[in-house]
Amino acid sequence: MKIRTGLLGLGKMGISHLAIANSHPEIEISGVCDSNPILLGALRKNTDLHCYQNLSEMLSSERLEAIIIATPSRSHAELVKLALNHNLHVFCEKPFCLDPTDSMSLTKEMASRSLVGQVGYHFRFVGTFQKARELVRSNHLGRINHIRAEAYGPVVLRPRGKTWRTQRHEGGGCLYDYASHAIDLVNFIYDTPDRVSGTVKRSIFSRDVEDEVYSTLLFPSGATGQLAANWSDDSHRKMSVRLTIWGSNGRLSVDRQELQLHLKSPCGTYREGWHVENITQLTEPTSYYLRGEEYSAQIDHFVQCIAGKAECRSSFMTASSADSVINMIVEDAQGNCHADELQTTAVPAASRTFFHALSNRISARS
Amino acid sequence: MERVLFGDNQFFGVNHASEEKARAQSIHFRDAESIIRVLDIAMEADIKVFMCTTHTKIGEITDHVRKNPAKYKQLEFYPCMPYAHKYANAMAEHGPVDALRQLLPNNGSMMGAIVKGGISLAGLNVKGLAELLIDAEMNMFHGLRTPVIFLQNVVTDLLLGIGFHEAFRTFADHVRTKYNAEAGFITMNLPALLVALKEVGIINPIICSTINKAGFRMPGGLSAYENALKEHEFRPVAMSVLASGAISPKEAIEYVCGLPKVESIVFGASTRQNIFETKRLIDAFSS
Repeated sequence: MKIRTGLLGLGKMGISHLAIANSHPEIEISGVCDSNPILLGALRKNTDLHCYQNLSEMLSSERLEAIIIATPSRSHAELVKLALNHNLHVFCEKPFCLDPTDSMSLTKEMASRSLVGQVGYHFRFVGTFQKARELVRSNHLGRINHIRAEAYGPVVLRPRGKTWRTQRHEGGGCLYDYASHAIDLVNFIYDTPDRVSGTVKRSIFSRDVEDEVYSTLLFPSGATGQLAANWSDDSHRKMSVRLTIWGSNGRLSVDRQELQLHLKSPCGTYREGWHVENITQLTEPTSYYLRGEEYSAQIDHFVQCIAGKAECRSSFMTASSADSVINMIVEDAQGNCHADELQTTAVPAASRTFFHALSNRISARS
Repeated sequence: MERVLFGDNQFFGVNHASEEKARAQSIHFRDAESIIRVLDIAMEADIKVFMCTTHTKIGEITDHVRKNPAKYKQLEFYPCMPYAHKYANAMAEHGPVDALRQLLPNNGSMMGAIVKGGISLAGLNVKGLAELLIDAEMNMFHGLRTPVIFLQNVVTDLLLGIGFHEAFRTFADHVRTKYNAEAGFITMNLPALLVALKEVGIINPIICSTINKAGFRMPGGLSAYENALKEHEFRPVAMSVLASGAISPKEAIEYVCGLPKVESIVFGASTRQNIFETKRLIDAFSS
């Protein structure tokens, strides 16, 4: 029996999830729902999908067992609550909830109803990051002392852009959209920081949200971390997330394509020195491919979890941890108001000062 | 189709195995001149087709080719549209409707004209819109030979996934009637696409898909692909034959050349040595 699934939100991620889920042999897309009549009209005319502009109508008309929620982040808490009240398994896009108290109460609600709640942190399904987790958790790097987590890419490149991603009250901004991935990977591979400090969170182009975030992460073990995210960086073709981890026995650097490991002393099957592993060796095959294996793998994992064959790798619980770190960063940034605004001059006045100093020195000599 | 097609991933910082290599390549190929130099080497190696995306930088290459007709009289282009990141980034920045406005000719004035003409956006037919977008992408190839025009895999596979298969027909019809070209479809999901194209009556289609001995990026597995090659009537173009370096070039090319039906092989390379060596291997195993 296929899992009767509804899909809510037909933005960039929603359309991608729709194609992937609709191709999955154990999912039946029973209905799709979005507020945009143009997209719905196009789908209604050209596919067999049942299209709804109203969520209650979809919930009452289709006997759903599961729902994929890919709406703007602000709406997640309310919609997930509604879905759980209808006893639906939920796959929700990241970040989970803007208010961590909602994340925790929804996690409890999901557990009490024995439902599956998954959040779309797709990097958890990339072979290189999974391998990094294995290596760190099996102590290949020894005692971890520092983690650098970076996320860069081209989303906001000029002072316009009108989508929800650039609106604070909708849950837009670089922290929720980009940094959340890096934060979740830190949690996945190593541990959740219990404090943050020195946060800088500010705009480069956007009127309403931050375009860059930097923060120091402090872990219960005493290890430290640095988070850096900038979604106005078009030197990258698409989003690029990289973690570099230093421990007493070496260093590991990992991105979506490649894992580079340097060990001081041999550990397990790894000799001392450099090791490089590529995604080509670390990727599990999927039944359908769009944009990357990890997007299909996470939907397949959702299916396996519903069937009781797997424990959720990106659960409401783990996503709640990411939400709590995000919230600490938001609160820490509020205490650092000196870092809010960038100077409007393109280049600091350093060169002028230098020449002034030089000319003063020359005139003093003569 | 030509047996050997020269691809362009290496020019645009696409490397499936390493971000560092991808960045080094995109720095190396930061201007059109450096791309043209490598394209000239490919032509010296007797490669006559450049299979390229509709990245704006390709517009500079096609300008150069138009200005030097004698030098490039044998060169054909197989455009692959659209350059997906242009669309994905526009959609993330502007939302779906404004993204279309940005991507249509004259920065959306045509869309404005359609709306002003009394046709509401909701009633706008997808076929007409798709044709406008295809024409916008093809603009950079005017006056050049483009006997095959490909639909990029992100779009092919998205349409395949949501079940909008009639769009394949729209694409094939438009490139045939307007550009006298054959439609090609790039996909990462060969077995499923074959079924969908048959369903909309596209006979013996040109399909470019990942085919490599390692089974890398071949959903359904190597055996599903090998069966598809045996059982379906289509004209395969093999891409990612080297599986991003996971297999040795000799082994990789011997495997692909030994498969039934494979009509063309597309590969990208940046150095004279790699271009000549890959071409030599394909020729050797194809004879």
